[in-house]
This record gives sequence, C-alpha cells and structure tokens, in this order.
Amino acid sequence: MRKLLLAVMIGLFVASGALAADGPIKIGFYNCLTGQNAFGGQLELEGAQLAVAEIPEVLGRKIELVVVDNKSDKVEAANAVTRLIERDRVNAIVGTYGSSLAMAGGEVAEVAGIPVMGTSCTNPLVTLNKKYYFRACFIDPFQGAGGATYAVKNLGFKKAALLTDIANDYSVGLSNFFKAAFVRLGGEIVSEMNYQSGDQDFTAQLTEIISKKPDIVFLPAYFAEGAVVLKQARELGATFIFMGGDAMDNPEVVTLGGEAVEGFLHTTFAYDPSMKDMNPVAQKFTDTWKAAHPDKDPNVNAALGYDACMLIVDAIKRAGSAEPDKIRDALEQTKDVPTVTGLTTMNATHDAEKELGIVEIRGGKKQFIGTVKPEV
Amino acid sequence: MSLNMFIQNFINALGLGSLYGLIAIGYTMVYGILRLINFAHGDIFMLGAYFMFFATIRYKLPWAVGVLLAIAGSTICGLLVDRIAYRPLRSAPRISALISAIGVSFFLESLATVLFTGMPRAVLQPEWLMQPMLIRDGGIRLMPLGIMVPVISFILVGALLWVVHKTKPGLAMRSISFDIETTRLMGVSVDKIIALTFALGSALAALAGIMWALRYPRVEPFMGMFPGFKAFIAAVFGGIGSIPGAMIGGLTLGFVEIMSIAFFPTLSGYRDAFAFVLLIVILLVKPTGLMGEKLEEKI
Amino acid sequence: MNTKTRNLILNGLALAALVVFLYQAPGNLDRYKLRIINLIAINAILGLSLNLIYGMTGMFSLGHAGFMAIGAYVSALLILTAEQKTSMWILQPILPWLLNLHAPFVVSLIAAGLAAAFFGWLIALPVLRLGGDYLGIATLGFAEIIRILIVNLTPLTNGSLGLKGIPAHTDLWMSYGCLVAMLIFMTRLMSGNFGNVLRAVRDDEIAARTMGIDTFRTRVLAFTIGCFGGGVGGALMGNLITAIDPKMFMITQTYSLLMIVVVGGLGSITGSVIGAILVTTMLEWLRFVEEPITIGSLHISGIPGMRMVVFSMLLIAVIIFRREGIMGPREFSWSWFFPARKAEPEMKGGND
Repeated sequence: MRKLLLAVMIGLFVASGALAADGPIKIGFYNCLTGQNAFGGQLELEGAQLAVAEIPEVLGRKIELVVVDNKSDKVEAANAVTRLIERDRVNAIVGTYGSSLAMAGGEVAEVAGIPVMGTSCTNPLVTLNKKYYFRACFIDPFQGAGGATYAVKNLGFKKAALLTDIANDYSVGLSNFFKAAFVRLGGEIVSEMNYQSGDQDFTAQLTEIISKKPDIVFLPAYFAEGAVVLKQARELGATFIFMGGDAMDNPEVVTLGGEAVEGFLHTTFAYDPSMKDMNPVAQKFTDTWKAAHPDKDPNVNAALGYDACMLIVDAIKRAGSAEPDKIRDALEQTKDVPTVTGLTTMNATHDAEKELGIVEIRGGKKQFIGTVKPEV
Repeated sequence: MSLNMFIQNFINALGLGSLYGLIAIGYTMVYGILRLINFAHGDIFMLGAYFMFFATIRYKLPWAVGVLLAIAGSTICGLLVDRIAYRPLRSAPRISALISAIGVSFFLESLATVLFTGMPRAVLQPEWLMQPMLIRDGGIRLMPLGIMVPVISFILVGALLWVVHKTKPGLAMRSISFDIETTRLMGVSVDKIIALTFALGSALAALAGIMWALRYPRVEPFMGMFPGFKAFIAAVFGGIGSIPGAMIGGLTLGFVEIMSIAFFPTLSGYRDAFAFVLLIVILLVKPTGLMGEKLEEKI
Repeated sequence: MNTKTRNLILNGLALAALVVFLYQAPGNLDRYKLRIINLIAINAILGLSLNLIYGMTGMFSLGHAGFMAIGAYVSALLILTAEQKTSMWILQPILPWLLNLHAPFVVSLIAAGLAAAFFGWLIALPVLRLGGDYLGIATLGFAEIIRILIVNLTPLTNGSLGLKGIPAHTDLWMSYGCLVAMLIFMTRLMSGNFGNVLRAVRDDEIAARTMGIDTFRTRVLAFTIGCFGGGVGGALMGNLITAIDPKMFMITQTYSLLMIVVVGGLGSITGSVIGAILVTTMLEWLRFVEEPITIGSLHISGIPGMRMVVFSMLLIAVIIFRREGIMGPREFSWSWFFPARKAEPEMKGGND
C-alpha cells in the first residue's frame, strides 16, 4: 500500500514538474519606455516584440515577453530587474538603452544568477567583472577607434574638434576613445567643447569650434540633440564635416535636421534599411518591420532589440533548456550567429564582436557606406 | 576672441536670453500674486509647442492659425491647472500648492509621453525666417528669426507692462500681490483676477514655446524641463515678482551662458555652474534679486 | 502603571516586533519585496532629514539631492578597492591618494554623513541668512553646483561614468538600524528643549530672538544635522543600487523627497515614515496599470507612462483633500489606543 502511495506521489510530482516545464519561457524586458531616454527604449521594445512574434515557441514552449519600464532612472532600473526576476520569474532578461541603467540592473541580475542581454549599452564598464551580463552591441573603444580610423585613413582629415555631452556617460566615453585613436593615428585635436544633457543652445560652443577651423567635428550625442547641433552649426555658417556614433542612428535625424544634416557621417552597427546586400536575417527583419510599421523605418535600436531577443532564443535552443544557468553558459558559447547587425560572436568580456558600419546622409537619406576596421 | 565672434555671440545670447525672459515672466507673475513657484509652467510651454506642431505640421493649418490655436490651447490648460490643482489650495500652506505644482508637472510630462510618445518631432522652420544675412563679409550671420525673437519678446513685455500698470485688471493684480484679503474686501473678484494671471502667463508660455520650437526645431515631452528650470532661476535672478526683472534676469542668464563659454572655452563643462554661482552671489548681496522689492516681513 | 512606563514597554515591544520581522523577512519574502522594504527605510531616513530642515525648522531647502550625492560618493570611494578603482577610471587616471583609500562600510557611512554635514555647514553659513523661497533657490543652486563638479572632476569622481560594483552592503538590518537610530534621535530631539527652540525659530523668528535664542546658530545646527542625514541616506542608497552616477542626484530626486515630507505631514516624524511607505510602494504597485490586460477576448496592450500619469493624479488628489498631509503636524502616540487616558495632556516638548 505504502509503495503504491509513493508511486502515485512520485507520478504526481513528475507530472507537475512536466506541467511546469510546459509553461511559457519568460524573457524579461526592461528599458526606458518613459523619461528622458524614451525615444531609444521604445524602439528597442518594438524590435523585441517583432522577435517574439516571429518565434512564438522554442523547445515546444511558448515565449512570453514581460515588459517593464525603468523610467530612464537608475533606482527604477534596479527595481525593474528585481521585479522581473522575483515576481515574474523570468528565464532571461533583455535591456537596456543607457549604460548607467544597465549597470544598476546588472548587479541585481548578477546576484540572482539570471542572464541579461544588453541592447545598446556600449560603455565598457557594463559587462566588466560580470558573469551574467552580455550585450548584443559592440563597445565604445571599438566604435571610437573605428570612427577615428575612417576620418584619418579614408577621408584624410588631420584636425578634429570634439563636442561632448559631459553629463552623459556614453558621450564622454566615446569622445575619449575617438580622441585617443585620432591622436594615435597622427591627427590633432584643435578644440574640446562640452555641453550638458538637456541643453538646447549650442551656439557658443559652435562659434568657438568654427573659429578653430577643424576638418571634422566628432559629436557623440543622442540623436535629438545631435540634429539640433547640426542645424545650429549650419546656421552659424560651419562648413566642416560632423561625425557621430550609433546613438545618432535614427531616421528622425533627417526630419529633425533637414538640409543641415547633409553629409553627416556616423559609425553604427552594420545594419541600415538602405543597405544594398543585406544579410538574410536583416532582410527578413526589415520586411516584417515594414509590414508591422508601414509609416516608419527601422533603425539600429530596433534591430538590437530584435537581435538581443534572438540571441537569447538561440542560446536556449543550443542549451536545450531554459534554465538561467544553462542559457548563460550557452550565451558564452555564442559564435558566428547570424543576426540583423551581422555575424555575432561573444568575446571573453561578454561583448558582441561584430562589424562597424559607416552611414552617411546623402540627398536627405541615410546611405550605408560600408564597414570599417579600426586600425588602432 | 575676434570682434566678429563677440558680435555673433552677442546676437546668440540676445536670442536665448529673451526666450528665457519670456518664460520667466510666467513664473514671476504667478509668484508675485500667489507666492507660488508654478513648477508646471515649463510644461505649459511644452504643450504650447506641441499644439503648434500638431496644428501646422500634422494638420497643415496656416501659421497664424496654428499660433492662435496654440495660445488658446495653452491658455485653457493653464486655466484648468489653476482651477483643478491650485484653487482648492488657496488657503492651504504654500508648500501644499508647491507639491501640487510638482504633481501637475509630472502629470503633464507623463501624459505627453503617453499621448505623443517619447520620440522628438521635427518642427519645420519657414524658409523666410532662416535666410541668413551676412554682415561684415560673412563674419557674422544673422537670421530673421534671430531678430524676431528678441523683438517680439520686448513687444510682449511692453504690452504686459501696459496691462499691469494701465488697466483695471492690472491694478487688481498689483493690489492682490500686496494684500490678497484686503483686495477681496474691496470687491475685487480675486479668483477671476488670478485666473487672468494664469491665462496671461500661459499665453506667454505658449508664445515662448512656439519661438523656442522654431529656434531649436523639435518638440518632445521633456522640452519644458530645462528651459523652465532655467527661466525660473532667471526670474529669481531679476527679482521674482517684477516683470522687467524677469526679462533682465532672462537676458543676464542668456549672456552668462553664452559669454562664459566664449571667454573660457576650456571650462565649457562648468557652464551651468557659472550661472548658479552668480545667482547665489546676487542673492547674498541683494536678497530679493536685481529688481525685486523688499517684501515687508509681517510681525 | 504610568504613561511613561507604558510607552517604554510598548516601544520596546514595537522594536522587538521589528527585529522579529527583519529576522523573518529574508526567508519569507522575495527579493523584490525586500528591495522595496529596504527602499522605504532609506526614503524614510532621507525624508526625516529633510523634514528636520524644512518641516521642523522652517528652512525651505531644495538642495537635498546634492548632499545625498556627497554622501553616496564619499561612501563609495571609501568602500571600493584599489583594483576596482583602477579598472573603472577609464577616461582619466584616478587621483593617486584616493586609490588606496579604503574603509569598512560603517566607517564609510559615518564619513558620508560627516562630509555631507561639513558641506552643509559651509553652505549654511552664507545662505541661511536668506529666508523663504530665496533660501530654496540658493540651496538648489548649490546642489546643482555639486552635481556639475562631480560631472567635471573626473580624476576624483569618474565623471558622468559614475561608480559601479559597490558591494550591496545595505541590507535590511543596516537600513532599518539607521532608521531606528534616526527615529530615536529625532523623537528625543523634538521632545527636548532643542525641539522647542526649533519650533520657535520656525513659527516666529522675531519672537524667538527676543527670547534670547541665537536663531542663526540654531538654524545652522539644524541644517547641518539634516545634511548629515541626507549624506547617510545617499550612502545607503548607493550601497543598495550598487552603482551611482551624477544623474541620480538631479532636482527630481529632491522633489520626490519633498513629496514624501509633505504628503506625510510637514513637521511630523510619523508623517515622513508614512510618506516614505506610501510614495515608495505606490510607484511600484502602480506598475500594474502598464501591464497588458485581457478581458475576455479583448486584449489591451500595456501603455508605458500610464503609471506616472496615475501617480501624479493621486499625488494631486492627496494634497487637495488632505492639504496638510496625512498626519498634518501630529505625531503617532500610544495614547491613541488608550482613549481613557485622554485627560492626561500630551507631553509635547515636556521634560521627560
């Protein structure tokens, strides 16, 4: 009798275990859906939603995207990740725009042992000494060096000026890496000007930069501010070229800046809807995006939101399990996975190694020029 | 610094400063009457810019109509804010109204994010405002917009001073700012006059929002935060409660911001600190601001 | 049994209940709830310290975020190891003397408070001569200057990159320990003679001066103590979030503290605690309005931003319907549960 009871109990236990295993795999998504960086987070969400719509199931289990806002605020970012882990019991997490937010959220995930795939947090510190934080993007030293290489080697520029948002970690970091690479390649920095996030008048800085006659001005701004800078520069009669980073990659730059953004260059991920020979993944992403959002073009933030989800799905497939630790181990093994932004490999520091693209705005349209290899 | 650069900076500072001044007037008027720092003022400014954006760019209405609609829309919003969030607190401690103002500011910002999304929208500048005039062989560039902004601001200040000093409602406003209870006893409909103050302040905020959106051509839900914050500093600077003071404060702030960079380019990261240091020094030397009147301390 | 003994016993029981709760909580509650509970204590400490400055002494200060920033940075710089520091200062090398500076958490917490208090005192000397809203603006100006300095002084603070990898020292014992210490200190302060002096300075400075009170010295002292609390609160916050940067300490941070103080009740210790509980839990609890809802076949996807819309409406409603905040200037008292003893006068500021 007791044996029977035991057998029944074991049977029930196994059944309940199997039932639990059949529940959905939850991917948490924390990002800046409101607040100062909402423009970036909202696009990444739209990309992530496309990915989940495209792959509704993996390992025979439904995938569910649990979305939490972090209000572009650090305390909220830590709360949001805790909530995803404890209340929603997610298997893995995607996010976020803004490196400082990723640093706040990353610590929580690290303690809980839940893998996170960063979308566009490009500061080197995000994954530093982190076992569970990965990112689908490259990092700023790589990007800055690539921009400087292109400016010096391809364009033959010698004199650069910097216009940095000193209150923005992304801007300060990228500016520094560009400067170091530009100087190492034999260039000269003729002016270093700063502003603070939220400023809207840059005329004083630009007047000063114009008087120093640089060939190129490096402007690692968020796109909304960057477009206004470009506009004001042209109004003040500036003729030099501007170059930005991936945060300037947004279709709105052209609408915001109008003719002033003509000739503007920026480094970015190797994806743009204007690319000629798009890889199949990118092609598919572009098509589904156009079907879902006929009135706007996708950009790299959307692509990275999509890629980050896909990288996690890929890891789940390879791991054959949705257990956080197994996903983590599989993520570490990510090698040459085709994504929208090119073949992706996770390196030892958990940063995606992928190609760096250059985009120029010509005739009011973003044109993907090609990729560049940093030479320093 | 060459003369050309100085003049160019001067022109830029004038434009920026007069916009700060225009926003500052809204703070100063409400403060003068209610002793309330209307934190929602910067958000009314944002709404004005959005109304103009939707009228002229989304619905392709003519500019004049768009401007009028934006002024009307912001005025209504300003009145609603006063009616719903401030009027019930007239007799409450001042801090309650202040927290209510912060609440309204949060509310308008998040509502704008929900309704208009966080994506900044481009504002199309009319061609004729942007044709640069080259002065001194192209060493200085001046756009019609650059002249228009300060000129309109000064005209508006003039008109406002006329309203406050030469009309009956203006007299009532000044009277309320001296003593609200006595004014009530004199048979003045205090709530109506306060509403009028909010209406005027909001209309000016809308105009400032429109000109701001033309000069820095984009609208977004948080666009009122920093200009509002700075304009408020400008109002204190010039002596809160005084309309010419607000304009002078705005201009001073504009000049400090631009000229600190012009003269100390290597310290451009400290720009806002210059403004605050000057503010604190002025407050310590003249605690009521440049043009402020000493409010009698009641014993 | 007289009231004093009764209250002593009841206070002891309450403290014991808190200890039992803190002991049991980590095993029974998930980390999300624990984090919120922790955040409540930190917000309460910050709220109380601002309340001391504004609610009890009547000095309108909008600078609390700046003192929090000082506390958070001092504490983090003392806790981080030399190795961590070298790996983080990727833009400019860290100041050599700072590199090997190291202290245990509790020492860093005290240092954070002292540093904030020192800066508070330094600022107080000139600006406390200002009154009313002008004081608010001047303190706000100082807070912004502090933030701009942190952003610019990269070798000292790592600039806008901020600091990360701060060990999560702020557990419930730490935060509630500090809160209880703060509560005991504040109640003793306010029920003693100094509390009366503060209230006198707040309610009628001229009268207080004629009574022979050195009002300026009193205000400076209260302000400095408040800043000490702000610094400790900032340090606790940094050690909870484990990463700090200058953007955390903008004026909006001061606004939310002000909200806590005013919603709870100006000048009320109990009020600040209630305000902290309400504001902190409300913000998290309201997340449900942004979640997708399915009613039958109708599926409404979540609207990001609705949470703050609802929160701000609630905030305005609370202020309109309870204009003096939830507690007003009142305090919690055990006598509430013993109506029979109402005849006994409440010993506000007595010599117990």
